[in-house]
Amino acid sequence: MKQVFGKTKVLSANPTHYCPGCDHGIVHRLIAETLEELEVADKAIGIAPVGCSVFAYDYFNIDFNQAAHGRAPAVATGIKRTRPDSIVFTYQGDGDLAAIGTAEIIHAANRGENITVVFINNGIYGMTGGQMAPTTLVGMKTQTSPYGRDAATMGSPIRVSEIIATLESPAYVTRVTVNTIANQMKAKKAIKNAFTLQKEKKGFSFVEVVCICPTNWGKKPTDAHKWLAENMLPVFPLGTFKDIHGIEKA
Amino acid sequence: MAKVLMKGNEALGEAAILAGCRYYFGYPITPQSELPAYLAKRLPQVDGVFVQAESEVSAINMVYGAASAGARVMTSSSSPGISLKQEGISYIAGAELPCLIVNVMRGGPGLGNINPSQSDYWQATRGGGHGDYRTLVMAPNSVQEMADFTLAAFEYADRFRNPVLMLSDGVLGQMMEPVVMPSPKDYDIDSKKWALGYTGKDKTARNLCTSIFMGQEELEEHNWSLYQKYQVITDFFKANKELAVEEYLCDDAEIILVGYGIISRILKTVVEKCRKRGIKAGLVRPKVLWPFPSEIISKLADKASKFLVVEMSYGQMVEDVKLAVEGKKPVYFFGRTGGAVPSDFEILNEVDKIVRPD
Repeated sequence: MKQVFGKTKVLSANPTHYCPGCDHGIVHRLIAETLEELEVADKAIGIAPVGCSVFAYDYFNIDFNQAAHGRAPAVATGIKRTRPDSIVFTYQGDGDLAAIGTAEIIHAANRGENITVVFINNGIYGMTGGQMAPTTLVGMKTQTSPYGRDAATMGSPIRVSEIIATLESPAYVTRVTVNTIANQMKAKKAIKNAFTLQKEKKGFSFVEVVCICPTNWGKKPTDAHKWLAENMLPVFPLGTFKDIHGIEKA
Repeated sequence: MAKVLMKGNEALGEAAILAGCRYYFGYPITPQSELPAYLAKRLPQVDGVFVQAESEVSAINMVYGAASAGARVMTSSSSPGISLKQEGISYIAGAELPCLIVNVMRGGPGLGNINPSQSDYWQATRGGGHGDYRTLVMAPNSVQEMADFTLAAFEYADRFRNPVLMLSDGVLGQMMEPVVMPSPKDYDIDSKKWALGYTGKDKTARNLCTSIFMGQEELEEHNWSLYQKYQVITDFFKANKELAVEEYLCDDAEIILVGYGIISRILKTVVEKCRKRGIKAGLVRPKVLWPFPSEIISKLADKASKFLVVEMSYGQMVEDVKLAVEGKKPVYFFGRTGGAVPSDFEILNEVDKIVRPD
């Protein structure tokens, strides 16, 4: 029988600690497949954040650094400047990247560090038990916004991709999701674009992936993906905000 | 090499380059500014990297990244900025990465002032950040030592896989003295096989840099292994006393003055003036503050009758001296704080009060 699909060897054999139905597994696979296809796994260095993906290093067969909360883009800067021929990426959630690590992501992007950032936006802190994130939708109930996020006192969801896209330096800024097979294919393309640009030393690439958190959203994975399409995507529209080398058209 | 006249901060920067350091990440703050300014100019001339970070927090995390990738790397700041770096220093210590962190101390607490101070001794020697860890702390007292200690610091950092903290102050950083630059060292980034991105043929498994050990047993085992390493560092300086401490006229001393950094220069003058007045004074100057040279001070306490600790703080290192003396002899303290530097005259008065109480 002809094998048409197999697990990439860049993913380890370790079972993940993620909740059933979580999107992290899908995004991990898309990154791992990309590293294999671009033949850069042997020189890839990942940076795991603080949050649910703190143990991401357990699931990839590549060199990894585990950073402090929000600091992954600074750590990536140090690594990439030291080893400019390596392929360096951070994998960060919305609490890590859009709250405590706001300064680090903005300035790494603005310096045009030749790294790739994969930003998982599910509008909530997962690891700590479902607190309000900077990307939590207005009205959304969380452990720390039990009456719903009130825009008047808690602000509105931060659209990080749009902010990054206002900077001169970044080469590629795009927002994707993985709620359907078709969207997973598009997300894979975006991730591959991002790493291709890095491989070609063409600058900072940023892929935001709008994801679900079935556990802390209190929804079944299928319902959560439906809820994402109906509620998250209108606030976080999919699309590419910056592509200075025109890689999507190439 | 010929003598050159340099500021302490600049001598340290040049010595870092001679030590093979090619990466500097920092954020502006007085009174350490000459150091990043010097390296911003010099590092590009030697194919090095200078990055002005968005904050001290980011700078130390860039150091964490570069160190994990095998670089000889450094950062510098002054007291309030060093407070901000503590999170990163804890991670670097936990992940056992070598690097140099320079603190050109100024007055605190809070924003304090930009005058020289020694009030970060506790922060430097007690960890500063969270968790069970130690940083090796060096205390130069001249522009020459700002250079010499920097070369030694990078060697210690690599040898022990541990962050090294250089505790300087606003005087040492800013003053000019003649200095003979040490000989350059070769450094090969691929000498660290554990580094991320190491691609040598002998690499058999992926490399990982982390400070998280989720299992209770796992973390306890890691922390005890750190403890063992700290014992090795302690034993190293016990066996190499000349690297850890400078003793001056201690053999027959009745009163021993204890001070580090710029204070030790003033204390040397005080000791000389005491001797002229017939007071048998001596000086102990720790060059390394952690591990603290307790054994040497303990032995001196068997002979000398009194100790006077002098600091530019209201008394921090004095606690370590008391621990070392173990109540065998009285330990007196004199300090100026808030950025004030005591004069030899003031200290001499204190000595007089102690040795001639009537």
